[in-house]
Amino acid sequence: MVILSERTMKVTHSTDSVFINLGPVHPSTHGVFRMRAHVDGEVITEIEPIFGYLHRGIEKLAEGKSYRQIIPLTDRLDYVSSMTNNLAYCMAVEKLAGIEVPERAVYIRVIMSELQRILSHLLGIGSFFNDMGTFFTPFFYMFVQKEKITDLLEMVSGQRLLYNYMRFGGVSHDLPDTFLPALNRFLREMPAEIDKYEHLLNENEIVLARSKNVGVISREMAINSSVSGPVLRATGVNWDIRKVDPYSYYDLFDFDVPVGTKGDCYDRYRVRIEELRQSLRILEQAISKLPAGRVLNPVPLRFRPPAGEAYSHVESNKGELGFHVISDGSDKPYRLHVRAPSLLNLSALREMLIGWKLADAIIIFGSIDICLGEVDR
Amino acid sequence: MMEFLSSPASIRSDLPFGFWLHLLVFSIGIIALLLTSVIIFIWFERRLVGRFQLRLGPNRAGPIGIFQSVADVIKILTKEDIIPTRADKLLFWLAPIISFSPVVVTLAVVPVAGGALLADLNVGILFIMAMSSIISVGVFTAGFASYNKYSLLSSMRVVAQLVSYEIPLILSLVGVVMLTGSLSLDDMVNAQTIPFILLQPVGFFIFFIASLAEISRSPFDLLEADSELVAGYNIEYSGMKFATFYLTEYCEAIVLSAITATVFLGGWQGPWLPPIIWLLLKIGLVFSVIVWIRATLPRLRVDQVMGFAWKFLLPLAVLNILITGLFITLWPEAPAWINGSANLLLLVMYVLIRSRFFRPGGTSVGAS
Repeated sequence: MVILSERTMKVTHSTDSVFINLGPVHPSTHGVFRMRAHVDGEVITEIEPIFGYLHRGIEKLAEGKSYRQIIPLTDRLDYVSSMTNNLAYCMAVEKLAGIEVPERAVYIRVIMSELQRILSHLLGIGSFFNDMGTFFTPFFYMFVQKEKITDLLEMVSGQRLLYNYMRFGGVSHDLPDTFLPALNRFLREMPAEIDKYEHLLNENEIVLARSKNVGVISREMAINSSVSGPVLRATGVNWDIRKVDPYSYYDLFDFDVPVGTKGDCYDRYRVRIEELRQSLRILEQAISKLPAGRVLNPVPLRFRPPAGEAYSHVESNKGELGFHVISDGSDKPYRLHVRAPSLLNLSALREMLIGWKLADAIIIFGSIDICLGEVDR
Repeated sequence: MMEFLSSPASIRSDLPFGFWLHLLVFSIGIIALLLTSVIIFIWFERRLVGRFQLRLGPNRAGPIGIFQSVADVIKILTKEDIIPTRADKLLFWLAPIISFSPVVVTLAVVPVAGGALLADLNVGILFIMAMSSIISVGVFTAGFASYNKYSLLSSMRVVAQLVSYEIPLILSLVGVVMLTGSLSLDDMVNAQTIPFILLQPVGFFIFFIASLAEISRSPFDLLEADSELVAGYNIEYSGMKFATFYLTEYCEAIVLSAITATVFLGGWQGPWLPPIIWLLLKIGLVFSVIVWIRATLPRLRVDQVMGFAWKFLLPLAVLNILITGLFITLWPEAPAWINGSANLLLLVMYVLIRSRFFRPGGTSVGAS
């Protein structure tokens, strides 16, 4: 029936595809991303992602700053995972200069990056459902919990968005006395909150109709286009840097890596929700194991790592975040490169979007959960 | 004025100029009632959605934010009125009027008390349906005249969605018309010794869902899908023209709540309180459900919306007509509870059969 009518349409009159600009100023692009889409009716026939509207030249800026001055710059990459960015950069420089980190500082780093993961995933899931058209309700449910994490991170760093907390050889301050009780309170109430989200969203008929089998990316496709993080794990690939190349004592923690089966939008959502639970598990273990002691092995303010290069990667909220630092022995890096997961996760975008309707394109894009600060750097 | 509002009867035509007085009083009354209730309902919706979303909603302008809508209206009226250079100026100017006027006119046939209505048309329901079809013309014109691709896409969705949902909307009312034996809304209220929602649950179900689509409220708010089409058909509108669209949207919601209340919930009937208060309470109830749905559900995709209308609602509406007709012809003196529960049974069975529990693979209703 459908095929017949399409055929008759082609015979009787020809239609042009409409070129439509999604972005850079568009509510669904999570920043200033732009997609030049050609649509035939509602169906996308061709799409061209364009980025660079938020390019600040962070990698080049870094070449003119001393190593320590770069830590605040890394905050501004993926601004909802500043702690993880700090961690990845500090680890790269520590590897380069051979700096030891006190045990307590490592545990604090784990606590911070897992809190940051919960925060980022809450925002990611919330805005994914916004893209689906839920008029902000799930977003606000998650925002309430996100605010509690922001309060926790404010306690340790004094900032609510760009924390600038990690240092080479540890973290800038020890945890304040109020932190652990507040974190324990958060850990007590969070599982029930996650159950509530799942109860409200998992089996919703419209959510299923909109996200199941939508935006499917195959395992091979995901690996070939270097996709990482929850997008990769939703396709069924068990690849988590915390497991395959453990850092910060992650090999001592007991946690699972949730994987999906199909690699559609629904699986990506489920993987993120499940990662919230795993992060809570890690946090509980980290608190119970948290040793006493120093939190910082001080390095000179203007320190000069030996000439050489180092690459260090962590499992960021969006995927594999890597920092490649090249030193020429001076107090400034010769070159700094960021392997930004958001950018590489977008590399499969065209294949994921073509053939889907405009409304699907928005939620597929939302389910990748990118951060433009990191894409454009 | 107050005396007229509380008295069940209409203005007597044997007064001097009684006919014209009737028209004047009711026209002013309807417009005043509609516009003030829009202001209150916008505030009400924002407060209610705020509660759904674990926040307070507007609470700064006046006590519990009651003057928020007033502030919004002042802001929106003082905005610059921009017409895009390449827009079709006449159509661009006409579109808000085309979409707003039919909504107001619709209220002419809704009785606020026994016999108290502007025009007791003997084809009241048909009149409502005819008027609500005109709204889609206005919305389509707005999207088409704006010379904007987002609004053009929105217009395409308008035509598809509003025209599709009109069919189940009309068919869902046929059962009620068969029970009443009249198309006049006044007769329908008088016929409801038991509210028709109990006798015609299927009709109510279809009518309510289809009217959500007609007023493009969530989950059918494809026309103004903010995450896809930014603002939809009214993207290029500003100032008073935008305000008119905004007004239309809320008037539509209120008018359809009024029609739902009149046709299915017993209209102005109710003990103790004056009829108009009962009607307003019932409108508020239906409107709250609309807001509830808006705060809860995601948006459907365009093909799922169409599939739902044609594959789910339309067959159900036809079945409802069949069952109601069988009862009326074969067993006219059937007790109300048998009639109602047979209808309810049909609804439950139909929904169960069409739900994903009965389908392998779990494909959903809208999926083709």
